[in-house]
Amino acid sequence: MRRGNTPLLIFILVLFGFCLWVIWPGNGIFGRNEFTLGLDLKGGSHLVYSIDLSKKDPAQSNADVIDGVKQKIERRVNAYGVTEPIVQSINNERGSFVLVQLPGVTDIDQALKLIGQTAELDFRERVVDSSGNPVLDENGNPEWVIAKAKGSDGQERELAGKYLKPNAQVVLTPQTNEPEVAFEWNSEGAVLFEQITQRNLQKPLGIFLDNQLISAPTVQSVIKEKGVITGLNLEAAKTLAIQLNSGSLDVPLTLVERRDIGATLGEDSLKKSLQAGIIGSAMVIIFMIAYYRFSGLMACLALIVYVVLNLAIFKLIPVVLTLPGIAGFLVSVGMGVDGNVLVAERLKEELRRGRTLGAAIEEGFRQSWSAILDANVTVFIACAVLYWLGNTFGNFLVLGFATTLFIGTALSMFTQVVVTRTFLRTIVGLGMAKSPGAYGVAKQ
Amino acid sequence: MIDLVGKRNWFFLISAIVIIPGIISLAVFGLKPGVDFSSGTAMTLHFDKAVELAQVRQQLTTLGFDQAVVQPAGEGDFFIRLPELSTEQTTKLKDSLQTGLDTTITISSLYSVSPTVAAGTVRNTFIAVVVAAIGILLYISWAFRKMPNPIRWGTCAIIALAHDLVVVVAVFSILGWAAGLEVDALFVTGVLAVVGVSVNNIVVVFDRIRENNKRGVSRDFAVVANYGIVESLGRSLNTGLATLFVIVALYLLGGVTTHTLVLALMIGIATGIYSSLCIAGQLLVVWEKGLSPRKKEATSTA
Repeated sequence: MRRGNTPLLIFILVLFGFCLWVIWPGNGIFGRNEFTLGLDLKGGSHLVYSIDLSKKDPAQSNADVIDGVKQKIERRVNAYGVTEPIVQSINNERGSFVLVQLPGVTDIDQALKLIGQTAELDFRERVVDSSGNPVLDENGNPEWVIAKAKGSDGQERELAGKYLKPNAQVVLTPQTNEPEVAFEWNSEGAVLFEQITQRNLQKPLGIFLDNQLISAPTVQSVIKEKGVITGLNLEAAKTLAIQLNSGSLDVPLTLVERRDIGATLGEDSLKKSLQAGIIGSAMVIIFMIAYYRFSGLMACLALIVYVVLNLAIFKLIPVVLTLPGIAGFLVSVGMGVDGNVLVAERLKEELRRGRTLGAAIEEGFRQSWSAILDANVTVFIACAVLYWLGNTFGNFLVLGFATTLFIGTALSMFTQVVVTRTFLRTIVGLGMAKSPGAYGVAKQ
Repeated sequence: MIDLVGKRNWFFLISAIVIIPGIISLAVFGLKPGVDFSSGTAMTLHFDKAVELAQVRQQLTTLGFDQAVVQPAGEGDFFIRLPELSTEQTTKLKDSLQTGLDTTITISSLYSVSPTVAAGTVRNTFIAVVVAAIGILLYISWAFRKMPNPIRWGTCAIIALAHDLVVVVAVFSILGWAAGLEVDALFVTGVLAVVGVSVNNIVVVFDRIRENNKRGVSRDFAVVANYGIVESLGRSLNTGLATLFVIVALYLLGGVTTHTLVLALMIGIATGIYSSLCIAGQLLVVWEKGLSPRKKEATSTA
């Protein structure tokens, strides 16, 4: 046995054992006990909104607006109760976007309302003419104007959602059991609200959300600190409460991409791909052993080490596994076989030329290394380009494929060269499987 | 030894039989762009009650969606493709279909892309393909620097690679009008992966030919090339088969999401095996000696 082979073998076995432990269901380190599955496998919604920066307040910088939108959406999504949501901003030559992933969401319509609405709340008074009668528009509806009052510093201010404390909540009215949103003003809001309720006593005060009238209750008394918003169904009330607490968005958003995957479809896809992967790999193993005999068996052992190491990397990084990602991984398994086939073919040839087994192994690896390295460069080029392509628009399916194919190919180079060779050297060292026939060379 | 080089004109003919109709189809029909590239809304609806395709079509027309493309997609499922719908329109469509056909509908998947994003994807895909092409060309000129005639060998490799890509794209074009197959970002992903695998195969074969040339197997280049190709036969076939086992399993058993990706990989890898054994090396020989097979010379020393 070659010097250095035993420590290497021990290292491989320890690494293998560790990785096997890592991928075992329920085990894991860094708090990651399960594989991270992409939306297409666990179901959910992938949304991309474009941020309309032309509508921003000129005093704000683009970066601040984008950041503000991102943070507010994060708050909304978290309050909605989604597990492991992703909120990302994307900037490219087409503009600024915010990407939202909501795994496991079932009521997508409600989630869409919650996230996409600007949620600008304001309070309005009736417009009255000189004689005190309400002015009507051409459709006969009363006209409203945003209620203004003097703030604590004497400046005129509009009464809007930004003066609310972030503690709005949905309560049910005891008598009618109807939902309402209870809110509290901060000190500035209280100053404004007091003046406005005072001058509107026994008059309606319109509550508007994004310029839509929600309700117009009649002011019964002067109120300072708090109030309720009625006229909503339970779902809408919950949405509004979350939006009020998260803050309104500074600019409007437009939904430009939406991908929903039903939970059952995701589950089904995962099951099917795993099945396909297992059947495919089993065929590869049978084929390798049947054709290359002993070195085929060695290659398969190396392949198993490879798969376990690869899965452990997926779990630890963690790599978000998607359907294309699984396909990429399986292709890399195929390519991993490639290196082993190259080596096994060389080995067979060297044996035919009459070399001893030990020499044949060394020669086989030496000769195949450049081909293995060269061959994989093109795959790396393709992966790099795909990674860029997937990233520009947050296409998680393309990204998933590029990521797993890249990791798989890089790792397969390691297992082909280090693991398979160490196994074969060990066998030679132990004096097992000496006959060339064991390597698929016909006896002459 | 099998004479793969001698039969080269047959191989060229076989390729032509696939490629020429494919190119015609591409020129006439092009590729059918999916939602990724053309914008729109695509969804798969699951109906709780058995519903006929014609019923769904008719209902959609009644609702005013006459441009809707409807295809059956497995048991009780229908795939519907429309111009981009807003959230409200989507909900309305689902509700109206439910009432109209008196059944419960679940949207099992939905994909909607606005024209802005679609235009961006088209542009970025174009950039990605150009960058990949430049990368591969640089790689080929680097990998073949040790070859006896780098430009000639590199060109043959590129022709063989283009052959594989044309076959993949052509098949998608034909299936586009014949079976309504659309191309999406995952198709592009598959094609780029095929480039990686294909170049790999060609490099392995050319490497063998170069080695045999150096070793001086024969003075006749056709014999040298045939030697190299036949020596790579086992490796190319076995590697390709191993990869294909997995891919075919994925194609037959895997989910619909990756359909275009896996199909592109399957066609590309199969074609890649063929072109690396039957086209690439043979092109070198043609360049060296002209189109006539000269069977005598090729077989005499083999």
